[in-house]
Amino acid sequence: MMAAGAVEAIAPAKPRPAPRSEFLYFALRNWKFVLGSSVVLAMLLLAVFGPLLTPHKPLSFSGPTQQPPSSDYWFGTTSFGQDVYAQFVYGLRSAFLVGALGGGIAFLVGAAVGFTAGYRGGWTDDLLNMLTNVVLVIPTLAILIIVAAYMNVHSYTTEAVLIGLTSWPWAARAVRAQTFSLKTRDFVDIARLSGRNTRQIVTTEIAPNMSSYLFMMFILLFGGAILIGASLDFLGLGPSTSVSLGLMMNSAFLSSALLLGIWWWFLPPGLGIVAIVGGLYVMNVGLDEIFNPKLREL
Amino acid sequence: MLTFDSCCKSYRVGAFGSSELLAVDGVSFEVGAGEVVALIGESGSGKSTIGKLILRLLRPTRGTIMFEGVDVATLSGRALRDYYGDVQAVFQDPFSSYNPIFKCDRVFTMLKSEYFSRLGSSEWSTKLERSLDAVSLNPGDVFGKYTHQLSGGQLQRLLIARALLLDIKLLVADEIISMLDASTRIDVLNLLAELKSRGLGILFITHDLSLGNYISDRTMILRRGRIVELGATARVFGNPLHPYTQALLASVPQLHTRWSELPRPRDEGRGRADGALVQVEDDHFVATVAA
Amino acid sequence: MSLHVDGLTVYYQSLRGDVKAVDGATFEIADGEIMGLAGESGCGKSTLGKSLIRLDPRMRYLGGHATLDGTELPIWNDRAMNPFRFEHVSIVPQYALSALNPTRHIGKMATELLASRGFDPSSHEKELRRRLELVGLPRDVLHRYPIELSGGMKQRVVLVLSSLLNPSLLIADEITSALDVSTQRAVGELLVEFRDREFVKSMIVITHDLSVLYQVADTILVMYAGRLAEKGPAEDVVHRPRHPYTRLLLSSLPEVGVRYEHKRLRGIPGRPPSLLDPPSGCRFRTRCPLATERCKECPLFAEVEPARSVACWKAAA
Repeated sequence: MMAAGAVEAIAPAKPRPAPRSEFLYFALRNWKFVLGSSVVLAMLLLAVFGPLLTPHKPLSFSGPTQQPPSSDYWFGTTSFGQDVYAQFVYGLRSAFLVGALGGGIAFLVGAAVGFTAGYRGGWTDDLLNMLTNVVLVIPTLAILIIVAAYMNVHSYTTEAVLIGLTSWPWAARAVRAQTFSLKTRDFVDIARLSGRNTRQIVTTEIAPNMSSYLFMMFILLFGGAILIGASLDFLGLGPSTSVSLGLMMNSAFLSSALLLGIWWWFLPPGLGIVAIVGGLYVMNVGLDEIFNPKLREL
Repeated sequence: MLTFDSCCKSYRVGAFGSSELLAVDGVSFEVGAGEVVALIGESGSGKSTIGKLILRLLRPTRGTIMFEGVDVATLSGRALRDYYGDVQAVFQDPFSSYNPIFKCDRVFTMLKSEYFSRLGSSEWSTKLERSLDAVSLNPGDVFGKYTHQLSGGQLQRLLIARALLLDIKLLVADEIISMLDASTRIDVLNLLAELKSRGLGILFITHDLSLGNYISDRTMILRRGRIVELGATARVFGNPLHPYTQALLASVPQLHTRWSELPRPRDEGRGRADGALVQVEDDHFVATVAA
Repeated sequence: MSLHVDGLTVYYQSLRGDVKAVDGATFEIADGEIMGLAGESGCGKSTLGKSLIRLDPRMRYLGGHATLDGTELPIWNDRAMNPFRFEHVSIVPQYALSALNPTRHIGKMATELLASRGFDPSSHEKELRRRLELVGLPRDVLHRYPIELSGGMKQRVVLVLSSLLNPSLLIADEITSALDVSTQRAVGELLVEFRDREFVKSMIVITHDLSVLYQVADTILVMYAGRLAEKGPAEDVVHRPRHPYTRLLLSSLPEVGVRYEHKRLRGIPGRPPSLLDPPSGCRFRTRCPLATERCKECPLFAEVEPARSVACWKAAA
């Protein structure tokens, strides 16, 4: 009932707002979307500009050890005299890198497999479905641990690629199901009767209809990749010579920061991960309400 | 013009495609130029499958479909595109026939890029206006609109205009007015009848006997993938011979006769297979009831 | 007097504003009467039917009264309506069984339905079996799942379930529309039989198909764009329509025996108005060939002869 007044306010002016402005109209009134995206955006800005604000390097052992936050060292220092703020902002950068690259790869593979299986059907579908199920039932973290242990991952790029190649199955399933239902719609037949080929039909008829869905899928994959990356780093299976939020937690843990009460060491990376991933999920819930008219509060 | 010759279409269903569902079972008929053939059947009779077979959206399991002497199954690439220049369709649900996120004009622009890429923009718009005129639509009312801004009748007319743009010879009309408002649906039906007089062949697929009766020259009654009665519309409706046709006619709600005045349809022929068609009079065929 | 509706106004909330779906509906249904409620899609007939039993969250009650057997139905109060539902007013929704839980078999659904209304399911079991048999369903239907039933069987099951407590009023919303021609007749005839056997006292049969109503209904109420247009005995409405809309609508319906080459039917020019902003006065006047200046004033739905009401200045004169 809450929006009843608002609805009446826009109604008489024009019959129906165009899709784009309608999206904005609902997006800006959805507190979940606004909150989630603000948090994620703040983290992103911190990752981009944060490193420019500090003279300290994340890995240099330059300062005093175990300093609580001060005006020189905003987030304090570690037991080794490293600046926690510098580590945090550089760690955010690698988190976004892993998220974008890993999530991106998973998105592309998932979408390609899903569209192909859903549209072609038949034995192609059976085969791809089998592949999807195989990758789905393999515990991702376990395989990543094995691969990371043997291949000695050197950079976040490699880590992101590994994550991307193992986390696509649920996305493929979701896309397949959507494609399955969309391809039975008459406009697909009309496109075919207009001389369009399969590739054109998938890219110009089916995919645009799922754009909101695909967008939300990417956001979830993005958040998922960050989480998996952080877990790997925390377990010490990521690149050991660089900076990440997971690695920060790993060193804090190994140095018994928790027992020694060095809260400024272990708190920032944890909160950073929670902020990004949580922000993305809240944003996703908001988007769901925006895109799905049935969930819009009336 | 179109010859549908002993076609079957089966689907594999169940786990691992273990069983077979025969949607169309040995159906043969012809559609000539300027002829409206009504294909009447209840849900699950296979009537839409027949339409999709003609449109090459599905392929027959057995049998051949010839259009002007060419086997439709052999068409591909350019030849298939040319085939769609002759044979087009309008489907049941106008709102599902348009991609909801694009404007309605898109059904035309798709044709332009495939069929009229050499046409200049002024020639193109003249052509468009002429085909819209033929379905009594005003370009200003429909162009630049989204599906939800137009009525079902307008959308179906637009799709007919789209088919006319190509100068087609055969139109497959699959339940095209069943989702329209009662007060406007008859106009779309009249439009089809006018097109027929200009030489267009129409396969009019419907579940509604009165619509088939109103518009068609010839009628086929389909049950469970087989034709049970076929012939000139006046004969099939005037002298229905197959028990199934008779039962259908006794069940159609009418405005001048009450059900209570008509015999209650018997459950005849249920579960029994219909045999081959036998000619009973000039242009009137009825399926024998297999023992 | 079984049902008496007076000035019922129910709007539908949408993103674009209020849909004036039912505006000032006033009519009566006598004991034993099957009233057909006809109209095109979006004319408000379903909203009118639903509002007599349950307003869905987007429907807004604006005014009017409905009295059933002398008791006023508190239709604006969802909770207060509860004692009436199923026992006194019942509905057969359009896609009844498809909306129900596919993992429950029919018997379990019936038990749950009765229990949820505070009845002892076992005391009604015998009657339930008797009626299922009466409508021609196999004995084991209670042990079957919805997916195992055909469309016609489903409608019969829902019909039996919703009328099990002999409600005073049964609302049947488009229950024959999705059915094949041959099942349509059987289900239509069942409606009449249920009334004849007094399983229900009176009935509202909602459909867009006038020819079905001619078969089953005693009286027909025609709605256009959220307002009542005409009510009268089925025979009269179909063969001597008084409202211009009914007249034009009937003349546009093809019937078996009518052929294009012999008789060209005509539709009604224009399209039904949007109920977000319907025309003032008579809502049909934008399409009506007889419209005059006077039609800008809203005509009353008035009795023009016994048992015959029409909302048209021309018909009243």
